[in-house]
Amino acid sequence: MTTVSSLTPALHLDHPPDLQVNGMTKRFGSLVALENLSMRLKPGSFHALLGENGAGKSTLVKCVMGFYQPTAGEVLIDGHSAQISNPRDAHRYGIGMVYQHFTSVPAMTVAENLVLSRFGGGGVINWKAELEELQAFMSSSPFQVPLETPIAQLAAGQKQKLEILKQIYLHSRILILDEPTSVLTPAEADEVLGLLRQQVSAGELSVLMISHKFREVTAFADEITVLRKGKFAGSGQVSQLTVADMAEMMMGEQKTPTPVQKNSQPNAVPVLEVRQLSAQKDNGTAAVSGLDLTVYSGEIVGIAGISGNGQRELVEVLAGQRVASAGEVWVNGEQYNATRAEMYRHQVFSLPEEPLRNACVGHMSVAENMALRTFDRPPQAKGILLILQAIRQTAVGLISQFSVKTPSPETPVQNLSGGNVQRAVLARELSAEQIKLLIAANPCFGLDFAAVDFIHTQILNARNRGVAVLLVSEDLDELLKLSDRLIVISGGQFTYQSPTATAEYTAIGHAMAGH
Amino acid sequence: MQTWRRTLESLCLSFGAILVGLLLFGLFCAMVGANPLEVYGLIWKAAFGSASTFQNTLIRASPLMLSALCTALPARLGLVIIGNEGALVMGGLAAISIGLAIGTALPPILVQTAMAIAGLVAGGLWIAAAGALRHYRAVNETISSLLLNYIAIALLNHLVGGPMRDPSSLNKPSTFPLAEVNMLGDIPGTRVHWGLVYGLVACLITYFLMQRTTFGFAARTAGGNVRAARIAGLPVGKLTVIICFLAGSCAGLAGMVEVAAVQGTANESLNVGYGYGGILVAFAARHNPLAAVLISLLVGGILASGGILQRSLNLPDATVLVFQGLVFLVVLYSDSLYGKIRFFKEKPIITTSASPPSSPGEEPVVTV
Repeated sequence: MTTVSSLTPALHLDHPPDLQVNGMTKRFGSLVALENLSMRLKPGSFHALLGENGAGKSTLVKCVMGFYQPTAGEVLIDGHSAQISNPRDAHRYGIGMVYQHFTSVPAMTVAENLVLSRFGGGGVINWKAELEELQAFMSSSPFQVPLETPIAQLAAGQKQKLEILKQIYLHSRILILDEPTSVLTPAEADEVLGLLRQQVSAGELSVLMISHKFREVTAFADEITVLRKGKFAGSGQVSQLTVADMAEMMMGEQKTPTPVQKNSQPNAVPVLEVRQLSAQKDNGTAAVSGLDLTVYSGEIVGIAGISGNGQRELVEVLAGQRVASAGEVWVNGEQYNATRAEMYRHQVFSLPEEPLRNACVGHMSVAENMALRTFDRPPQAKGILLILQAIRQTAVGLISQFSVKTPSPETPVQNLSGGNVQRAVLARELSAEQIKLLIAANPCFGLDFAAVDFIHTQILNARNRGVAVLLVSEDLDELLKLSDRLIVISGGQFTYQSPTATAEYTAIGHAMAGH
Repeated sequence: MQTWRRTLESLCLSFGAILVGLLLFGLFCAMVGANPLEVYGLIWKAAFGSASTFQNTLIRASPLMLSALCTALPARLGLVIIGNEGALVMGGLAAISIGLAIGTALPPILVQTAMAIAGLVAGGLWIAAAGALRHYRAVNETISSLLLNYIAIALLNHLVGGPMRDPSSLNKPSTFPLAEVNMLGDIPGTRVHWGLVYGLVACLITYFLMQRTTFGFAARTAGGNVRAARIAGLPVGKLTVIICFLAGSCAGLAGMVEVAAVQGTANESLNVGYGYGGILVAFAARHNPLAAVLISLLVGGILASGGILQRSLNLPDATVLVFQGLVFLVVLYSDSLYGKIRFFKEKPIITTSASPPSSPGEEPVVTV
């Protein structure tokens, strides 16, 4: 099979090569994404790449992988200049990348996906030979994933393992991981990274990992390189650095997360009551069944869980995007069906995940998007007439109050960066004077520390003003930091409830995994 | 502000598409043995050459404006409705029924009003049905509205061939004629009937409704992103049905105008293609009601030149339909060019490093 042999590395490497990046610069038009960056990934080391969103981490690895052509600078493999103009070239040097999101075909088995990853054409697959080869490969590989299982039946951790296995199967010796644990539970993350760590320690692999999580960096990495605004901001041995040092390199100043200040709420009343709520997934199977939940005023209730356990559907029902199949939602002691009138009467607001998909109309302007809650009331409307001037003025105020970076209020919101879309939605949902109930789902997903801090502060401020907050998040640290009570959802059921102060880390992990 | 680029893009692509269609049509004419330049000249003369011929164009443009709204309005909600012909026929049928039923019992102005309302309601209900099917039963609105056309035309043929037939209409079965006094008159000093004013006013109202009212805002939101509309608590189902009703009413009114101002009866001339022409106009106008006025004039002119082409160059009458079809194809193709031409692109927003430190989101966050 000639096509396959052309895909295997030109250098059949037994050991990871030495990867050096020299003076790498990448410009997009007048935007400098990466400026004169140099770093070295020593053979057999676990290297973490740290930096805020937009610091240039992704640009750097994309240049190394050949997705982008650098404006200046070069990649050296074992001291020799390497011409990498596409990911296939990178692969010939034994460099493989594992993406943040899974790239396997859900309907196919593990074995089929592995063969597919290598397959470059040809005509006939000799399954007998392939399977034998795969079994031999699997028995000698660091992770075990059952070959005959369809991807759809794998847990997230196993899928992530498969993505890494694919690269090993393709004889990659340098693995580039882009936030590999963002979809895993802490236990799964530790397992996957631990196994990789063993491979690295054994000198089989080098790993370059983009991460946001200091916990993982300190536990598994040898070295770090930090980027800030496209420039080199520091590097060092993990053993000689503290988390505060790393944070300082990233932020440019020492910055601990804003201390959480919570006031006590003397007269807490139930605001949101969910009674025996059931909802279905898009495919008609049960997503959540018989949920009971009460959120009191001045309280943040956090819902933890691995994605796909019903929290998305729960949030959609509460936000009005999905119809419940059974059960009732009550707000302020009245039945609530998420109509516009009820939202206004009870002052219910939401911060959904993926704001551009869930809360904005991409081609409408920032001003129009900010008016989504208020356009039909004075002063933005007079009878049925829109008062465009008032809509614009409100937007101008919100843009400066929430520091939304936009060329003008008339710019279509889809032209803004992710963080600024999020800010625009935040401005709309949190600027009302009398919020009673806030439903937030992964409000900080994919944002950098500064934005996360900003959003956390806003949510806490709301809580301290007496707002009832339901916070659904896949980030356990976020929930532990913010919530007053913690609930774990697994398989559409609440499997653990506890005040956050007394919540047990291991019990949460078990409940998330469905034990 | 860089929006001028986008306005220019719409203008260039729309008119460019029509020009390319014109060129292709020239090729077609050359193939059947006519001199393309002569054809262009004749079309121009027949459509816009003199005040008299321009009036022909205006007469044809008015039902096109109304019918175009039937596609343009739902498009703002993200729906592709092509039931213009059916709604037009139903509007015409309802109008003639009311007109004949009242007869001369009431003053003409009241009869005309009643006919207009009947046309509005009948056309409205026709398309609202497609909207309701869409929202409540998830039936594809394009297919259902297309099929509703066939039902409407069959109903028309049945009624004018049977129950409502005027026995004196021999080779072209028609209903009994509308009383002469109840006919819509002409705008003084012209041969153009009042239907033109209906069309212009409808386009203006629609534009205003969509751009300047809370209803239009809600509809645009729902059309742009239904998930965002739901999170804002907007009644998506109601909006869908109402918009479809309004859209159908416009086409229904076009049917009423055809009956009350041109034909005087309901017969197969009702479905001569204003419905499909309206779809063409709506797409070429990018579903903008004001642009639809201009495009209607253009398409109306082309339609008006059909007879002259036949007489002067011996081309078949259907030649203009070929033209219309070519233009439609090119217009649909041009839709795929939006955002592809570099010159029209808005400059990307560049957040420079002049921004304060630790500001978020300097590159788009990709979430899948």
